Amino acid sequence: MAKIVTMHERDIEKTSRIQTVRSILGTIMKYAFLLLVAVAVLFPFYWMINSSLKTLAEYKRTVPTFWPEQVMWTNYLAVFESGELGELFGYTLQIGLISTVASLVLTILTAFVFARLEFKGKNVLFAGLLATMMIPGELFTISNYTTVTQLGMITNDSVLIVPFLVSVFYVYLLRQNFMQIPNELYLAAKVDGTSDLKYLWKVMIPLALPTIISITILKMMGAWNSYIWPQLVEPQLGKSLITNGLLRMGFQDASGQTDFPKQMAAVALVSAPLFAVFIFFRKYIMKGVSRSGIKG
Amino acid sequence: MVDSKHKWKAWLFLSPSLVLLAVFTVWPIINTMIMAFSEGYSQMYALAGKSFQFGLGNFEFVAQYPKFIQYLKTTVLLCVLTVPISTILALLIAVALNSIKPLRKVLQTIYFLPYVTNSIAIGLVFSAMFNVIGNVSATNAQIESYGIINNILMAITGDKWINWINAGSPYWANITVMVIYIVWNALPFKILILLGGLQSVNKQYYDAAKVDGTSKARVLMRITVPLLSPMITYVVITGFMGGFKEYSSIVGIFGADMGPTGNPDAMNTIVGYVYDSLAANQEGLASAAALILFAIILAVTLINLQISKRNTHY
Repeated sequence: MAKIVTMHERDIEKTSRIQTVRSILGTIMKYAFLLLVAVAVLFPFYWMINSSLKTLAEYKRTVPTFWPEQVMWTNYLAVFESGELGELFGYTLQIGLISTVASLVLTILTAFVFARLEFKGKNVLFAGLLATMMIPGELFTISNYTTVTQLGMITNDSVLIVPFLVSVFYVYLLRQNFMQIPNELYLAAKVDGTSDLKYLWKVMIPLALPTIISITILKMMGAWNSYIWPQLVEPQLGKSLITNGLLRMGFQDASGQTDFPKQMAAVALVSAPLFAVFIFFRKYIMKGVSRSGIKG
Repeated sequence: MVDSKHKWKAWLFLSPSLVLLAVFTVWPIINTMIMAFSEGYSQMYALAGKSFQFGLGNFEFVAQYPKFIQYLKTTVLLCVLTVPISTILALLIAVALNSIKPLRKVLQTIYFLPYVTNSIAIGLVFSAMFNVIGNVSATNAQIESYGIINNILMAITGDKWINWINAGSPYWANITVMVIYIVWNALPFKILILLGGLQSVNKQYYDAAKVDGTSKARVLMRITVPLLSPMITYVVITGFMGGFKEYSSIVGIFGADMGPTGNPDAMNTIVGYVYDSLAANQEGLASAAALILFAIILAVTLINLQISKRNTHY
């Protein structure tokens, strides 16, 4: 028996076919858009690597090459020749490590006090500290510059570390995390005679480890990327961090022209540790950033 | 009992942080006020024993200083251009990303990459991409390399190229380069926040829209945007906060001179003025400018909150 197809059923079939075509077209357009954005995002990185591997003559060609004809790995060695870049790397790493470790100790202790211990005026004090987060950083920079000058700190390494040891924001982030740990655990530990510091070390830090890792990474990246403060204190300190050094070095060839391939090689070297950290700690970074909204 | 034992302990644990916060966070707020209202304050002279008159002189000077007005214009222009462009682009990307399955994780990671860069270092890359090598003077141009962006432009338009950042480059070209770089830099954070918001949206609204046969554009404007409005407000406010403090990205492209060769300060901003004054030992002017910046940011944030209060759906 032949199947009777009503007009209504035919209409439904037709509409659903139109919808399928539409959704396929929509999907193609979506992917085209997303891939185009991905290309735009990645292009500067590709161009950095492409340029860093060229000879200066090839770089300056009117018709650019999209991959170097002669791959100059030696550009990456040449930027270390003067010794300046290596020194900058070492010094920045040293400052970054010291500030991160010291800052972690202080942040953890402070967050612990605000999360667990009770004393008069605690909430008022904490609210007051939170209020300072509204103020733009530039305002602090001016006065801190006069303070470090007056204290004589400006001529030694501590000037790059001490002013930034305690960040209210990181204290806040960690305190919120500590607060989620049930109070019963703390009271049980007290009954067992566990000291505060031991409890902090054995229970709270392991439980809040993801936040602590986020803070560590953001702090390290902050040191690596900081520019304004090191630039301000550089004349008196006589040393600078990697970002300032990169800008100052200039990378000129014998005739005084900018040697772009070498400059791009140095930029790639400065960017490499950031990418390495990102690849290994992607989750922590993205989580930390989504809660902070503060760059580096 | 337990509590009394804690009191001295709490203060002991707190004391190093409190000392540092008092010196480097609380004192600056007071000190900046003092310096801003001490006319012509300079620490160098203050240490030598000079005293300064209390008054509004610093504010008056800054507000009438033509260069500051120019920097303010540039700052506002960059904000007004970059915040809407990056927010709308990030919204489209987040919505598209949220609606696909394959490649989503990879694309999400790629889009986040600009966030983990050094804005000065990558600024040098953008600078190289827009840079023209050779003599760019209008009358007797002799170009070796047009730069990759001009190469792409010439491939599309035939032979049109633009002097983006080199000597003699026009203001609008400089601004365009800055807008492109700032948007490129600002997208990751906005996509992350908006995508996070989208993933917590209740699917029921979309099912209901599907049953009703609502068009895609209508779904975006009538369901997605209202549901995302708290996150959109958040990225717009943080966008303006960052935008008014634009500085490092300009140093990355134009160098510490804040402008193309022969035209320094052409792209300078409010924050640039603050640091220039500080470097010139004019702490009074720097403080006044920083307080003006704070007032502007506060006002813009309050306006944003007021607008969003009317349009936000929680």
